[in-house]
Amino acid sequence: MSDLALPVRVQVPLEQRLLRLGLLLALAVLLLGLVLPLGTLLLRAFEDADGHFVGLANFVAYVATPSLRIAAWNSLWTAALTTIIVVPLAFGFAYALTRSCIPGKGIFRAVMLLPVLAPSLLPALALIYLFGNQGMLRVLLFGESIYGPAGIVAAQVFYCFPHAALILAVALSTADARLYEAAEVLKAGRARIFATVTLPVARYGLVSASVVVFTLVVTDFGIPKVIGGQFPVLATDVYKQVVGLQNFNMGAVVGLVLLLPAIGAFLLDRWADGQRAGTLSGRAVPYVPKPRRARDLPLLALCLLVSTALVGIVGVAIWGSLVTFWPYNLTLTLNNYDFDRFDTAGWSALWTSVRIALAAAVCGTALVFTTAWLLERGAPGGKLGHAVRFIAGLPLAVPGLVLGLAFILFFNHPANPFGFLYGTLAILVLNGMVHFYTVMHLTAATAIRQLDPEFEAVGASLKVPAVVTFGRVTVPICLPAILDIAVYAFVNVMTTVSAVIFLYGPDTKPASVAVVHMDEAGQASAAAAMAVTILAVTCSVKLLQLASGGLVERLTQRWRRR
Amino acid sequence: MFRRTLPAAAFALSCAIAAPAAEAQQRTRLTVYTALENEQLAPFKRAAEAAVPSIEIAWVRDSTGIITARLIAERQNPRADIVWGLSVFSLLQMEAQDMLEPYTPRGAEALRSNFRSDRSPMTWTGMDAFVSAICFNTVVAQQRNLPRPSTWADLLKPAYRGQIVMPNPASSGTGFLTVAGWLGAQGNDAAWTYMTQLHENMQVYTHSGSAPCNNAARGEYGMGISFDMRAVTLRNQGAPIEIIVPTDGVGFDLEATALIRGGRNAEAAKRLADFAVSRQAMELYGRYYALVALPGVQPAVQNYPAEFEQRLVSQNFRDVALRRDAILREWSSRFDAKSAPRN
Amino acid sequence: MSAGLAEAPGAALAAAPAPYLVVDQVSKSFGTFRALERASLTVGAGEFVSFLGPSGCGKTTLLRAIAGLDPATSGRIVQDGRDITGLPPSARDFGIVFQSYALFPNLNVSENIAYGLRGKAWPRSRRQQRVAELLTLVGLADQATKYPAQLSGGQQQRVALARALANEPGLLLLDEPLSALDAIVRLHLRQEIRALQRRLGVTTVMVTHDQEEAMGVSDRVVVMSRGRIEQIGTPEAIYRHPATAFVAGFVGRSSHFDAVVDATPGMLRAEGLVLPCPATRGLLFGTQVSTYIRPEDVRLGPQAQALPGHFVAQVTHVEFLGPICRVSLEAGRLRLEADVHPSLVPAVGSDVMAALPEDRLLVFPQDV
Repeated sequence: MSDLALPVRVQVPLEQRLLRLGLLLALAVLLLGLVLPLGTLLLRAFEDADGHFVGLANFVAYVATPSLRIAAWNSLWTAALTTIIVVPLAFGFAYALTRSCIPGKGIFRAVMLLPVLAPSLLPALALIYLFGNQGMLRVLLFGESIYGPAGIVAAQVFYCFPHAALILAVALSTADARLYEAAEVLKAGRARIFATVTLPVARYGLVSASVVVFTLVVTDFGIPKVIGGQFPVLATDVYKQVVGLQNFNMGAVVGLVLLLPAIGAFLLDRWADGQRAGTLSGRAVPYVPKPRRARDLPLLALCLLVSTALVGIVGVAIWGSLVTFWPYNLTLTLNNYDFDRFDTAGWSALWTSVRIALAAAVCGTALVFTTAWLLERGAPGGKLGHAVRFIAGLPLAVPGLVLGLAFILFFNHPANPFGFLYGTLAILVLNGMVHFYTVMHLTAATAIRQLDPEFEAVGASLKVPAVVTFGRVTVPICLPAILDIAVYAFVNVMTTVSAVIFLYGPDTKPASVAVVHMDEAGQASAAAAMAVTILAVTCSVKLLQLASGGLVERLTQRWRRR
Repeated sequence: MFRRTLPAAAFALSCAIAAPAAEAQQRTRLTVYTALENEQLAPFKRAAEAAVPSIEIAWVRDSTGIITARLIAERQNPRADIVWGLSVFSLLQMEAQDMLEPYTPRGAEALRSNFRSDRSPMTWTGMDAFVSAICFNTVVAQQRNLPRPSTWADLLKPAYRGQIVMPNPASSGTGFLTVAGWLGAQGNDAAWTYMTQLHENMQVYTHSGSAPCNNAARGEYGMGISFDMRAVTLRNQGAPIEIIVPTDGVGFDLEATALIRGGRNAEAAKRLADFAVSRQAMELYGRYYALVALPGVQPAVQNYPAEFEQRLVSQNFRDVALRRDAILREWSSRFDAKSAPRN
Repeated sequence: MSAGLAEAPGAALAAAPAPYLVVDQVSKSFGTFRALERASLTVGAGEFVSFLGPSGCGKTTLLRAIAGLDPATSGRIVQDGRDITGLPPSARDFGIVFQSYALFPNLNVSENIAYGLRGKAWPRSRRQQRVAELLTLVGLADQATKYPAQLSGGQQQRVALARALANEPGLLLLDEPLSALDAIVRLHLRQEIRALQRRLGVTTVMVTHDQEEAMGVSDRVVVMSRGRIEQIGTPEAIYRHPATAFVAGFVGRSSHFDAVVDATPGMLRAEGLVLPCPATRGLLFGTQVSTYIRPEDVRLGPQAQALPGHFVAQVTHVEFLGPICRVSLEAGRLRLEADVHPSLVPAVGSDVMAALPEDRLLVFPQDV
């Protein structure tokens, strides 16, 4: 029998077309905020200073410079070393939080977040106070200098710790108790259970955490600039080419090179994601740890040690913000908080930052969550979906400085109809949204994927439009995740420097940039004070989230209780 | 419905938050790009707005490198109306790219001849000279028994091994000005030999021009090569530093003013440029710098040697600016590759 | 064999009511994988039809094609005279219950049931009345304000059913509705669903992999395998007269052995035995056939002795199943199961006389 049956022409309802249109809109925003600017910048890698096409000449010139290999190697090994230090530490910490019976888990969980809440200059300053040539704990370095790889790695460990710990805590929290019972029944020893049950479950989390840490270290330029001395890394090379030499073409070349390790790490993550299928079945029984001294005491010690280090570093920065002039006049004073004395923007920089961060949190969360829902449920599949998904994963690999420069070149191009955004707060908001898009998207997608895949089908069978189901079911259920995303965006936009340093206008200087300016001007105490102020704002927002979390839970998550 | 109202509401909210406050104003708002020090901005703005009531100054301030990079990146669609207080090397770089609007401010001819553009009409006018200088931490010196240097040549002493910091000229304008000064004062070959020897005493090349002085002030290092102005701020905070202007010829840079080609408020910008060369403005500059562009203005700044002016090497800014790429390439090939930190 | 197969002998075709749902030559591909191959069937108004088959047989694919959730690649689906093949789910007329129930966890029982009751047609009072009605119908009137997480599995299932029926759909689709429940609740609920369906007269299609469930509640069963419909018929017809070897092996219990058509017409040769089997008369000598026999049809002892082609077999194992015992037998390489009354069970290891009644042998020529 030959296949004569006519193919079915599927009618696409108006609603579905509107949802596709929504996805198209999201794609447009991402194109405008990421792909086109980056494209504009990367084109520069193939041009000379006058805009003539020169092919690979810039790359040839760069490869011929010995400093490339050195900087690339330095970037790789400091990132690798940081990863090797951070991931086991974070694993131990996360393990203690999820698989032990130590007291004070809530406090440890809060302390763990401290580094993400502060601008990256804060640990750098604190480390100088502690381990610099006049540092209080200088002897601990045995004559080594903090300015260089030691300082970079130390500051990066502090800065990256919460990212790794968060991912691993999530990975370890989804354990199936039945696997442990099975292993115990089979008389497996503790080490064997750890190696055969715990580690495989956390494998994806470990890969993910390593990738995130590695990428963060490779792309961050604030820490190597302040504490790295002349130790060259790729990120400072971009800075040198762009800011020192005003050579955008070469800057674009280094930017491209900088994308390579980050993209490699990203692909590794994708690969691990593909391997993950089937590690956790939907009917897992949650694991509840039982007290055991031999495990709990060392873990408690580890948590105390790590927390002391984290709080200590922040504490030193706070103290540093209160001294008159370190290290010669340690009289305490509040004068450093009188920002108007140090910077024309003064306190207004803080309000500028808060406004940008708020707008980026609100708009970014709406954009990210709606787009993630469209991708997963509303209008999934197709080339459009693939394109949006791919682009959503990119920002993690793009260093802030590269993104900032891309924004100038793209938005300030005379032919760009969106040029009016340049110099306004809106461009800083867009930049913030795009810069932190990946993690926000992953959080949203994960939350949505946990929902029953048939919600929309049920809605359709009941003739309820998908958007109503989105509003009545998806959003309310995901409210905690949505809050997480918003707070993440707020905190990161508050603290970021590298992407916005090219973009602020006369009235829109953010506080994080003011920190850098004051530090450059030799007012380290004032810089520390502004960094502490930013930390205070982000901490308050985080605390507000925790507090309101209870309220939100009571009002909207009542159904979770049994 | 929810999905449609949510983004709309969010957008409206963001617009409300993001829209710059609309100010009803009569005065022309000038966007002024500058690398002046933070503490100079308020008095400069006050003085300029008092002298030219028709303008209002909106500063965009950042370090020399960042401001220059921004100006060049914005070349096709300039946002700045005028640059007031930026290294003349940067301005010459921009002149070469045809980014400056020629205009001879009223009274600019009175300026010292090497403190203004040699073009007619002028492309830039100088304000004051800032020099590379040594920030010398007296406390550290006492602890480590370091003698006080008074010349660049002194820095080669073995006693200073690992005690000196200077900015990487490829990252920092201050670093470049220092290197250019050595080349000007000592001649090409001698200067490169000098730098090679100095490299042995160098602890670190920083990415920022202020960092060496900041670090010296905090006692991180014995001395930092930086620029004179930075030290003043630090000393006011109680840093035990002395600022040394070496006697064997220092490189100097000018802070200068220039109109941006394609600026949106050309007329108002010209009024500010006129003010920038006025005697009143020069007296203002003199509160911070020892040598200003207009002869006969007595600087009010303290602690500068009387024969300060004689210590400056004579240099042709345009010539140095043109050789900048070659100098930096040479410097990088000699010292950048040896990048491991030295102890 | 495909569409031509349709109704097996014994199916009460004449008794089937007017067709409500017609599935005609429907295929579905996912990329290069053919999940459904030219499926055709009709469902009468008010009928309860089950799709039965092992996992991956295409039964859920067919259900989702009928619902429009994964539209068919080719073919035609007509519901109540309307061609719905390419329509989106929202333009069709059905209610659906999923295996997971897909209850909205943040809405309480009433809100879940009322989810589809919106718009001008459902003013508040009418909506409340309808919800109350449905709650009573599924026996959950006292649970109206609870959230799904606070209900038992069976109760959740009833909420899902009430929600699916709220709009009075013309067609009720059930996708493995009982498989998440434990055995007792399952039995109880399936009877309840059937009673409810009879009362409302709603045409119902259920997907299941549990043959007892399918046989127990359905007017007709559609047996599927590897994307094809193997047989459509009443439960009895499917059991008694399987149309294919797959159905014979899949539905109910049976012993299977390979045999060859003997030179003598109406005889089969298997594992050294010669068995009378009139069903093979039409087949050529030497044709390989798959042969099936139900355990309850195997005769032992004196009963066997009376039949032609009886043979001696050894008892290898006896399984007590309550009303009957299942005896495992070996005769040479032939392995059989026979159901006998517990009082007649032979001892393990003993030899018994066995026979396979000729009219009970299910014979299917093997594809060469």
